[in-house]
Amino acid sequence: MKSYLLPLVLTLFFLLFWEAFCRIEKVPPFLLPTPSRIIGLMIAEAPLLLRHATITFLEIILGIMLSLAVALPLAVAMFYSPTLERALSPLLVASQAIPVFAVAPLLVVWFGYGMGSKIVMAAVIIFFPVTVTLLQGFKSCNPGLRTLFFVMGADFRRTLRLLYWPWALPYFFSGLRVAVSVAAIGAVIGEWVGSMEGLGFLMMQANARLRVDMVFASIVILSCIGLSLWTAVSCIEVFCIRWNKKEE
Amino acid sequence: MLEVQSFAKVFRNQAVISDFSLSLPGNSFTVLVGPSGCGKSTLFDLLMGVASRNKGKLFLDGEEIIDLRTRAAYMAQKDLLLPWLTLLENALLPVTVKEKPTPADLREAEELFLLLGLSGFERHYPGQVSGGMAQRCALARTIFFRTPLTLLDEPLSAVDAITRRSLRDLLLLLQYRFKKTILMITHDVEDALLLADRIILLSSSPLSVKEEIPLDSRKPRNELERTLLELKRHILESLQGEQS
Repeated sequence: MKSYLLPLVLTLFFLLFWEAFCRIEKVPPFLLPTPSRIIGLMIAEAPLLLRHATITFLEIILGIMLSLAVALPLAVAMFYSPTLERALSPLLVASQAIPVFAVAPLLVVWFGYGMGSKIVMAAVIIFFPVTVTLLQGFKSCNPGLRTLFFVMGADFRRTLRLLYWPWALPYFFSGLRVAVSVAAIGAVIGEWVGSMEGLGFLMMQANARLRVDMVFASIVILSCIGLSLWTAVSCIEVFCIRWNKKEE
Repeated sequence: MLEVQSFAKVFRNQAVISDFSLSLPGNSFTVLVGPSGCGKSTLFDLLMGVASRNKGKLFLDGEEIIDLRTRAAYMAQKDLLLPWLTLLENALLPVTVKEKPTPADLREAEELFLLLGLSGFERHYPGQVSGGMAQRCALARTIFFRTPLTLLDEPLSAVDAITRRSLRDLLLLLQYRFKKTILMITHDVEDALLLADRIILLSSSPLSVKEEIPLDSRKPRNELERTLLELKRHILESLQGEQS
């Protein structure tokens, strides 16, 4: 608990400074609204924000699930067949050179104005770290243990379940933690490019009308979504890898 | 029981093993002693099929086989326990990789744990127990391979002197109570003298049999016995000549 205290105090100081600065310098709210104004707006417009936040949240979650559904089998296949890995890994790396912003309009054309294109967008952006970290995890497996499983006559499927998968779990989770914090980027960019709902849409609308307070409110909510997903993954990780904890 | 006929292995144009032959009678304890880096581990890799050999035949009970995969139990210097499984689950792993362990398997494992002084720790994870206990669990695991043949790759090298003494007794248990045929490699002369029915001295680069020393089958032995001390000196001198 104590570890939270210092950053919390620091944040409070920052907000106080911000509030004081805006009031003393009389900064107009369409340039930089005060924190109190943003919080007030969030309370007043709670139903509207919640509706759009739900959409974005769903896009992020479904995007994560979609990318996992592709990344997990792909990492296993690439681990199973070195030929496949040699064939695919240059392409995977090259795919990272394509700026995601550039693809976003295409995805809207292909998957429509609705949630589909945003889910794919989020999936595309996190697919790479998840696949690569998981593959790395599989490959880092202790050679002595591999020998043991070989001598026991275990087939690939059982070795995967009993050895490679649990071995790679910590790697998988570190990849996933990176993934959930950047998944929001994909969803929001997708909404910017073309949508009729979601926090990204709300931000574009508000920005055009100089409602900077609404933009800030959306950012706050997006941060909260990212933070809670990050915490959720960490909790699942602690639960899944509890054997590691008991060593102390 | 096991018949190794003129094994040879070439690695990067260098003969690592040349014309290595060995015959293991049933229920015997054979120890291969050689200087470190003489290719003992490569020999085990060839036997188990982890690496492929360039030449040589292998017979088990008169039948020619390719390698000892699934036909021999294996225990290494490191305990190789899976940290996410309990000690009991780890011991039963050779069963689990084929099918779900039956209640009979579980009972057998519990009895074995009692015998090895591990009872009460069945539900502990490897990270929670001492190195000696982990190694005893690895020993229990060799039983569940359910093969008459057991390969030991320096199983005592990573434990302290006191643990080593008690583990030696347990290795003899493996031979006498569980009727295993044991092939062990080590660079520790004392382990060899106390455990073996037969010591095989190896020469290095390429690995081949240098000398075979039969011992009387009376065990357990006392390490201070005169004949053993003389034998120890002989082996050490022989190994020293090999290394320089």
